[in-house]
Amino acid sequence: MNQLALAIPWLGKRNPAAARWVVIALALAAPLIAVLFGKTWVRILDFAMLYVMLAIGLNLVVGFAGLLDLGYIAFYAVGAYTFAFLASPHFDIHLPFWLALPAGAAFAALAGIILGLPTLRLRGDYLAIVTLGFGEIVRIFLNNLNHPINITNGPQGINMVDPLVLFGWDISQGLQIGESFKINSLFLYYYVFLAFVVLSIILVQRLQISRIGRAWAAIRDDELAAKAIGINTRNMKLLAFSLGATFGGVSGGLFAAFQGFVSPESFSLMESIAVLTMIVFGGMGNLAGVIVGALALTALPEILRYVAVPVQQALFDRVILDPEVLRMLLLSLAMIFMMLLRPSGLIPAYSRYSRPELVVGKQSSGEVAK
Amino acid sequence: METLLQQTVNGLVVGSVYALVALGYTMVYGILGLINFAHGDVLMIGALVALEAIRLIQLYAPDLGLIPTLLGGLGVSVIVCMALGYTIERTAYRRLRNAPRLAPLITAIGVSFLLQTLAMIIWGRNYHTFPQLVSTTPLEPVAGVFITPVQIAILVVSATLMVALLLLVNKTRLGRAMRATAENHKVASLMGVDTNKIIAATFIIGSALAAVAGVMFSSNYGIAHYAMGFMPGLKAFTAAVLGGIGNLGGAMLGGLLLGLVESIGAGYIEDMSFGFLNSSYQDIFAFVILGIVLIFRPTGLLGERVADRA
Repeated sequence: MNQLALAIPWLGKRNPAAARWVVIALALAAPLIAVLFGKTWVRILDFAMLYVMLAIGLNLVVGFAGLLDLGYIAFYAVGAYTFAFLASPHFDIHLPFWLALPAGAAFAALAGIILGLPTLRLRGDYLAIVTLGFGEIVRIFLNNLNHPINITNGPQGINMVDPLVLFGWDISQGLQIGESFKINSLFLYYYVFLAFVVLSIILVQRLQISRIGRAWAAIRDDELAAKAIGINTRNMKLLAFSLGATFGGVSGGLFAAFQGFVSPESFSLMESIAVLTMIVFGGMGNLAGVIVGALALTALPEILRYVAVPVQQALFDRVILDPEVLRMLLLSLAMIFMMLLRPSGLIPAYSRYSRPELVVGKQSSGEVAK
Repeated sequence: METLLQQTVNGLVVGSVYALVALGYTMVYGILGLINFAHGDVLMIGALVALEAIRLIQLYAPDLGLIPTLLGGLGVSVIVCMALGYTIERTAYRRLRNAPRLAPLITAIGVSFLLQTLAMIIWGRNYHTFPQLVSTTPLEPVAGVFITPVQIAILVVSATLMVALLLLVNKTRLGRAMRATAENHKVASLMGVDTNKIIAATFIIGSALAAVAGVMFSSNYGIAHYAMGFMPGLKAFTAAVLGGIGNLGGAMLGGLLLGLVESIGAGYIEDMSFGFLNSSYQDIFAFVILGIVLIFRPTGLLGERVADRA
């Protein structure tokens, strides 16, 4: 939270306390502001919260531990599918939310270890490719495991996933206050997701300054040196993978409950790349940057959707660039130009524990990088 | 037995396409230590540009024979892709040459998706039928094995190109400069090699090969679309790693081997897994091989370099 507050331009450094209150107020009021532009925007905010969680989790792996993971969305998929298996008519199991979500998280963590174990020796670009392959394998299995035994229901995905039920209270029904006033479920979902996000932020922030966080920073900056000073790099890397995956799993479970259905196409490579772009854009290794990046890159394409489409219609009488194309264009350009022009992201990580010239994105003197 | 032979032939054909693409990866990796993620998408651009050029040629010069039309399309796409390769290197990678390793990699991913998006804007999301200028009707079976003229063409063209590339790298001045740059940038530039030019040349040659591979790929399967570059790209990378990245012979060997494993594997996967898996899992072979190679022999089959870079 402090970091997030500090990140606010102008106000942040001069009056941190005020900035903190601004952040809290904004977070709480966001759906109320968003609804002024229509209910879709509240829905977008809900998704933004899920992306923030994903970005926080991926940042743990990429930003803190320096392991470039291009298959991160696989953990999101594992979480979502586990939740869907355990709470839907598909297998006719209806576990309560408090069991299904941890199960999703646990399976995702397990998947993280499964991915981590064989790739421990790999670094940098090789790791990137192997993780990318892992993500694709998971997707291929999800797509095809409907035969000969129907497990994932193939490309159709699983429908009618149970909604979020907290203490016997079904959130998807909204909240009826009095006779005439009803709070839409989208708002309720937002606050639930916000609670999860806040928890994650606190957890990750504590983690970053703990022994573990410092060990990760050491591994990221120089693995050999980290080993030499007695860090168990194997366990630390596995921990990074599985913890990062846990966030993905939780986020996936929430996604399944929120969306009500899961299908393989939500977990394409493009989504992995999108999350990666968010953290690159915001500032790898910096929690505030990552959150801002996730929010910005979820909102921007949507804003473009509402601005660019009518503009195109007015100018050319037809839609040349549909919103999905615009989103891809935006993400890919963001990735390229951020790396070329501002490699450390919107809000660069400053860390007591790392040598700045080794932090990803900062220009180094050349030889160090090799 | 006939299945085995048939799948071997198919595997060799697919494998030689992988090998051509793998050469592009391995050359760039050898010189820059960078996985050029966008390489597969150059292949896609190559196929789509060729498609467009062939359409134009057929429109304005319908009397031109099939082969000249195909060669015309191929020529246009090779030139476009060479320009594209150069542009990518110049704008996206050159500035990051001394940056930490993750930076150019992330840019490369960005370039890859940018190319896909641009292709999507220009050609739409649909699958385009690629004109089959070389026949795809199988010839008389030899020993029960069917082979199509287009497959023969692919084998011949890729073999020729590979020999040509080996000659270029091993016998010419440019090739020597490339090898020197791959060994050590600094020393090479001290010896009077213009390393910037050499790196650009590497990208250009690699992209030209990718364009040819793209046209062959599309001619073989009869389709082209904006995301077609991803899988061949990934598999070609696997092939490059399998053979030993940075090693030209390795890339060729790796490509052929991967093609064989994949197509023979796809033929037998159903029996091997007792009907649990089927040929829709074909794409998994590449990843599994990649994983196994990287874990047990990260230097690849022919690689000699100690893989601390891995």
